[in-house]
Amino acid sequence: MKPYLKQSAIWGFVVLELIFFSVAGEFLSLSDKAFMDLDNMLLLFKQSAPIGIIALGMTVVMINGNIDLSVGAIFALCAIIMLDSMKWPIFAGLGDWVILVGWLLALLSGMVLGLINGLIVWKTGVDAFIVTLGSMLGYRGLVFMYNGENPTSNLNWTMVDIAEADILGIETPTIVFVICTILVWLLMTRTVHGRNAYAIGDNREAAVNAGIRVGPHMVWNFVLIGFLAALSAVVFYSASGSVNPNDGTLYELWVITAVVLGGTKLTGGSGSVIATFGGVIAIQLLRKGLGHIGADTAMVNLVIGLILIAVLFLDRQLNRKGKEELRT
Amino acid sequence: MTDIPALRLQDIVKTFPGVRALDGVSFQVMPGEVHALLGENGAGKSTLMKVLGGIHQPDEGKIFIAEQPAIMKSPLDAKSKGVVFIHQELSLADELSAAENIYLGELPRKSFGRVDWKTLYEKSDAILARLKCSFDSRKLVGDLSIANKQMVEIARALTVDAKAVIFDEPTASLTDAEKVVLFDVINDLRSDGVGVVYISHRMDEIFTISDKISVLRDGSYRGSLVTADTDEDEVTKLMIGRSLDSENPIVPAKKGPIALEVQGLSCGDLFQNVSFKVHEGEVVGFYGLVGAGRTEIAETLFGLRAPSAGKILLEGKEVKIASPIEAIGHGISLVPEDRKGQGLVLGMNCKDNMTLPQISDLTAGPFVSDGAEVAIFDQYRDRLQIKTPGWRQKVGNLSGGNQQKIVIGKWLSMAPKVLIVDEPTRGIDVGSKAEIHNLIRDLASQGYAVIVISSEMPEVLRVSDRVVAMFHGEIIREFTSDEVNEDNLVQAISGIRTTKVA
Ligand SMILES: Nc1ncnc2c1ncn2[C@@H]1O[C@H](COP(=O)(O)OP(=O)(O)OP(=O)(O)O)[C@@H](O)[C@H]1O
Ligand SMILES: [Mg+2]
Repeated sequence: MKPYLKQSAIWGFVVLELIFFSVAGEFLSLSDKAFMDLDNMLLLFKQSAPIGIIALGMTVVMINGNIDLSVGAIFALCAIIMLDSMKWPIFAGLGDWVILVGWLLALLSGMVLGLINGLIVWKTGVDAFIVTLGSMLGYRGLVFMYNGENPTSNLNWTMVDIAEADILGIETPTIVFVICTILVWLLMTRTVHGRNAYAIGDNREAAVNAGIRVGPHMVWNFVLIGFLAALSAVVFYSASGSVNPNDGTLYELWVITAVVLGGTKLTGGSGSVIATFGGVIAIQLLRKGLGHIGADTAMVNLVIGLILIAVLFLDRQLNRKGKEELRT
Repeated sequence: MTDIPALRLQDIVKTFPGVRALDGVSFQVMPGEVHALLGENGAGKSTLMKVLGGIHQPDEGKIFIAEQPAIMKSPLDAKSKGVVFIHQELSLADELSAAENIYLGELPRKSFGRVDWKTLYEKSDAILARLKCSFDSRKLVGDLSIANKQMVEIARALTVDAKAVIFDEPTASLTDAEKVVLFDVINDLRSDGVGVVYISHRMDEIFTISDKISVLRDGSYRGSLVTADTDEDEVTKLMIGRSLDSENPIVPAKKGPIALEVQGLSCGDLFQNVSFKVHEGEVVGFYGLVGAGRTEIAETLFGLRAPSAGKILLEGKEVKIASPIEAIGHGISLVPEDRKGQGLVLGMNCKDNMTLPQISDLTAGPFVSDGAEVAIFDQYRDRLQIKTPGWRQKVGNLSGGNQQKIVIGKWLSMAPKVLIVDEPTRGIDVGSKAEIHNLIRDLASQGYAVIVISSEMPEVLRVSDRVVAMFHGEIIREFTSDEVNEDNLVQAISGIRTTKVA
């Protein structure tokens, strides 16, 4: 019962937002289109995919008791690798197959970058926060070394077609996001690796005592988030075809905001992939909704900040009710 | 066959910074033998077992499993070699189910690394049934009581075909009924030819369950005795180097005015309509089964729970206690039951832990005065015989019993008017136990009002001027120290109301 209650909190919030913006939109919006318009909602899912895909990985890493601040930098670096590698002379004869090569290289790079993070955290025992703060700076440095301040571009129309393809109006990014959500959810709820990740985040000493190999589990989760950050880049930049060296900056904060909004604990051991999905949608709704009723970006950030604190406070109240209550 | 030890440790040395925890200890357990390991707090019992369980690596010495040399690289490694370790401190993940905790590290699998939930729950439920636990294995461990958490720990001993099982103070938070179940399990293990190591400070248990007793003192091996051929006194001598001081008989202190009075206090369905008085200079013992509501009353008096009805009077004046800060302000101190969760900041050093509640009074100018803190620490270290290389040691590195002593010292040093101690001697060795009992009596004779909550009958009988017997959240009967005895106390806590015998 309790886990469902925890998850439903974020969905309740999403419903609230929908109602609010639909009603408020009637009075305040400049456009005469309804907020809950189907196209608008489909667009919303598509727009939330880049942050959302990474947030899935962050959920796993945070449940495991770690954090990864380098995701924004991995995102940008993998985007560059993808777009640039397709122009490398050795792949010249491949025709459109080069797209596949670019994708695979990007995904592989993401995994390697995650692997580096994970191995450092495991082998040095330094806190993941510190390690990935370092790698965030380091990986971003690599991004700038690649092409200076200049954007890296490579527009390939076949690739754009694939990236913008749709099934019944649902576009590629949305499809990828939803499939990843399901897979990561299965990973965390159904597999031994997932359950061990929860145990490690909850009580690391107990996990060690029980003979769980803590290090390898952590490393795999860093590889996973690296992969997902790269996948996010693949999905996004296949369509846009151009990456600026500053792209993905502050992504880590948006990602963590979404994950925390979904109720995952910063201290590890508890959290839900589905609730993170809800958190991602909730943030995107808020952005779009506030835009719809005419608020500017500064306003949007302020409101999201306030709501984050309010929702977490509510969540705390809700969850405390369930347990036998002790005053603090 | 049976003359090959199930496990053997030879000349084990283990040092920590500033501590030589094990100084060449040898120890062996035969298959089908229950071997009790005894020693004072900090003697090195847990450390020795952690070496065996792969948690610590020995500096020197060898380990043999069935006379095969073995190196325990990690807990996983130890487990795969058939050594199961039930830890002194609960080692559980609260956000996972009981079943997942029982099989932590060895969840049953299906293809693609999926968890085989059906098998997991079936097997776990079977084990819990064998332990006569009535809760569902799907329940989150965080929602279980301490006693049930302990049962989950014990359940782990039954998941694998163990060659040796180590129980490190498994009964610290168990009721008598659960103890019986535990002893059944240990007897089963014995007849299956498993070697069992049993660590406890409770002599009655040691003499009930063990075949052999080995004693550690200050990190070295002091000898072994066959349980059937020895007695408590001999064991104690080996343990602390002398016979136990006969505890001073209780001299009822001069009873002063009423310090604390409780009228019709209730808290939801935890306890109802509880009324009692505690005078200055008096020790009132609360006895009852785990779950009888004693801890909850203490928590209410300390401002941790809001009462649903009733009054609390201090020195005749009604007070509302909404938080521990207010309770401390009123001169009430609580030594909590769960030292790890409620009593200690494990990462902080000994001195800081002990002075935590009064730190704002120990300042020199804007800064906390180290000198004043150390003075307090030294005083209670001597008084309680706390074993630590110095006040700089992190509390998390102390032995279990010494951690408990830090908690007690912390609240004693507050010089409270009303002191509530909840299971004060859990995990404390026999020598220090007597010391703590004397300390409680001393406090009373100095005019403090003391409430002692305990599940150990001898302890309650020993320290109390009056005994309050509780059952299912109600006070069944109050006894004076003259009229109370084991029989009527047992009756009262099982809910049998007897009229006062004249
Ligand atoms: N990780 C550690 N770091 C430093 N010192 C330690 C550590 N673990 C144990 N010690 C020290 O080693 C000594 C033996 O501790 P141990 O826990 O083995 O005692 P014990 O016999 O189990 O006592 P108790 O009956 O209180 O549980 C103690 O002095 C303790 O402070
Ligand atoms: Mg111990």
